[in-house]
Amino acid sequence: MTSAHDIAARVAAGSSATTEVETSLAAISQRNAELNVFLYVDEEGARAAAHQVDERIARGEKLPLAGVPVALKDNLCTEGIPTTCSSKILEGWRPPYTATVVERLLAAGAIPMGKTNLDEFAMGSSTENSAFGPTLNPLDPRRVPGGSSGGSAAAIAAGMTPISLGSDTGGSIRQPAALCGVVGIKPTYGLVSRYGVIAFASSLDQVGPFAANVADAALTLEVIAGHDRMDSTSLPETSPSLVAHLKDGVAGRRVGYVKELVDGSDPDVAAAVAAAVEVLRAQGATIVEMSIPELQLGLSAYYLIAPAEASSNLARYDGVRFGLRVDGDDVAGMNEATRTAGFGAEVKRRIMLGTYALSAGYFDAYYGQALKVRTLTINAFQKAYADVDFLIGATTPSVAFPFGSKTKDPMAMYLNDVFTIPSNLAGDPAVSVPFGRGEANLPIGVQLLGPGRSEAGLLAAAQVLEDAERAR
Amino acid sequence: MSSRLTREDVAKVAALARLRLSDEELDLFTEQLSKILGHADDMAALDLTGVAATAHPFGLINIVRPDVVTPSLNRDAFLSQAPDVQDFRFAVPRIVGEAP
Repeated sequence: MTSAHDIAARVAAGSSATTEVETSLAAISQRNAELNVFLYVDEEGARAAAHQVDERIARGEKLPLAGVPVALKDNLCTEGIPTTCSSKILEGWRPPYTATVVERLLAAGAIPMGKTNLDEFAMGSSTENSAFGPTLNPLDPRRVPGGSSGGSAAAIAAGMTPISLGSDTGGSIRQPAALCGVVGIKPTYGLVSRYGVIAFASSLDQVGPFAANVADAALTLEVIAGHDRMDSTSLPETSPSLVAHLKDGVAGRRVGYVKELVDGSDPDVAAAVAAAVEVLRAQGATIVEMSIPELQLGLSAYYLIAPAEASSNLARYDGVRFGLRVDGDDVAGMNEATRTAGFGAEVKRRIMLGTYALSAGYFDAYYGQALKVRTLTINAFQKAYADVDFLIGATTPSVAFPFGSKTKDPMAMYLNDVFTIPSNLAGDPAVSVPFGRGEANLPIGVQLLGPGRSEAGLLAAAQVLEDAERAR
Repeated sequence: MSSRLTREDVAKVAALARLRLSDEELDLFTEQLSKILGHADDMAALDLTGVAATAHPFGLINIVRPDVVTPSLNRDAFLSQAPDVQDFRFAVPRIVGEAP
């Protein structure tokens, strides 16, 4: 697959965007039936958008993503196009408006190809919780692509589109990026608008890009970032300059090599992180070995905070205003029948967990305590960043795992997120970049974490690792 | 903090969350939720007296704008996606009974 940078350059030079759309459609039709990456392919819309891009280029417009096909996680609202969150409760729903991130991609000349599969309401780490069947990992179809943004990661790995969008509440961009061997960015909380993004856990959710290389991910993030008055949690500043800093390197940077972000991972993963650390050292970074024990509490805090927020966010699926309705004797009966039929097991589990954690008598012990642990996590990160510029660790404890291997035990599945959750609790950015190979020659993701608004530095470090990986 | 959830606890929470669970689901969720909460017991046992709670990474503030009329989303577009509509309103099963 040609890079987004190269596609944008040739379309800007007069090559038709239609060619790019047809190439993408051909790649999708070749493997989508097998892999279940896209839930909906918008052929007609993509072709029409390509014509518009050609016209805008002819008029002299400068479009940073001219003619670049993009895949959208199916929790991003797209006007008139089905948006399901991989849930039966939203099957057939067509949003009456479009998410800001999608509007910005369109304004930049990108071409949405369709909507990708996810774990229902973004709750999961394998896409096995999708009501429309799992997505298969393009690198080994017997294994999961990760989740919850598994479809968007797989779209890149299968060469269907050069860029895609996902959302990351506890690792849902970085974990599938690692398992599919692509780049994934979870931006600073508030950097990217969430208007039109279907809410899971509002104090944690953040939209970000996937790409086959660091530069394309950085370019995509530049396009979607920046203040949006339609999102009251949106940061006030304009989009940061990222691509211009990709060659900044890591010379003189101090990097924390964090024990708790590697402990418990498989030996192949730990070895890849160690090798990445040596690359950064060789490029002039100072490595500081650190222990941040507070990070180990993150998983427990997250699995109370996120379900608590989800239990209130998902109260809106009551059969009244949109989506599924199943009749009942009265309103409460209708609500209950609708939710019982519409939600899958994992969504029910988390709604129950959240409702319990927020209920009288348990609030202080669970939710209240989790919010205090969140403070501990933030303080621990701040202390670390007083000493170092950023942190390095593993993205996931293992390479992509086989289907069914963790579905029986929710806790085993949740442990996949142990290294990614702390950044969500803190609202900080983190990047997963492919580095090295592990079991069965599957890719490994190395994670770079920084303080709020440190995306430019993180991506420069990710670029160093990508360059080293390519030179091997 | 004990995390030994009973089957009755789970049934009560399901009712609060407007979910109906089968007997098998009640058994399964009781076991699974107990296990998840058991994982949180280490955290629940910490003495965090004096630690402030953080509900949001940067602290939410009220966002205001001048009180001027701007275009809003199309009502008909929203209603077209509803399961049942009457007279430009979302319709639900009858709430109030017949007069005695």
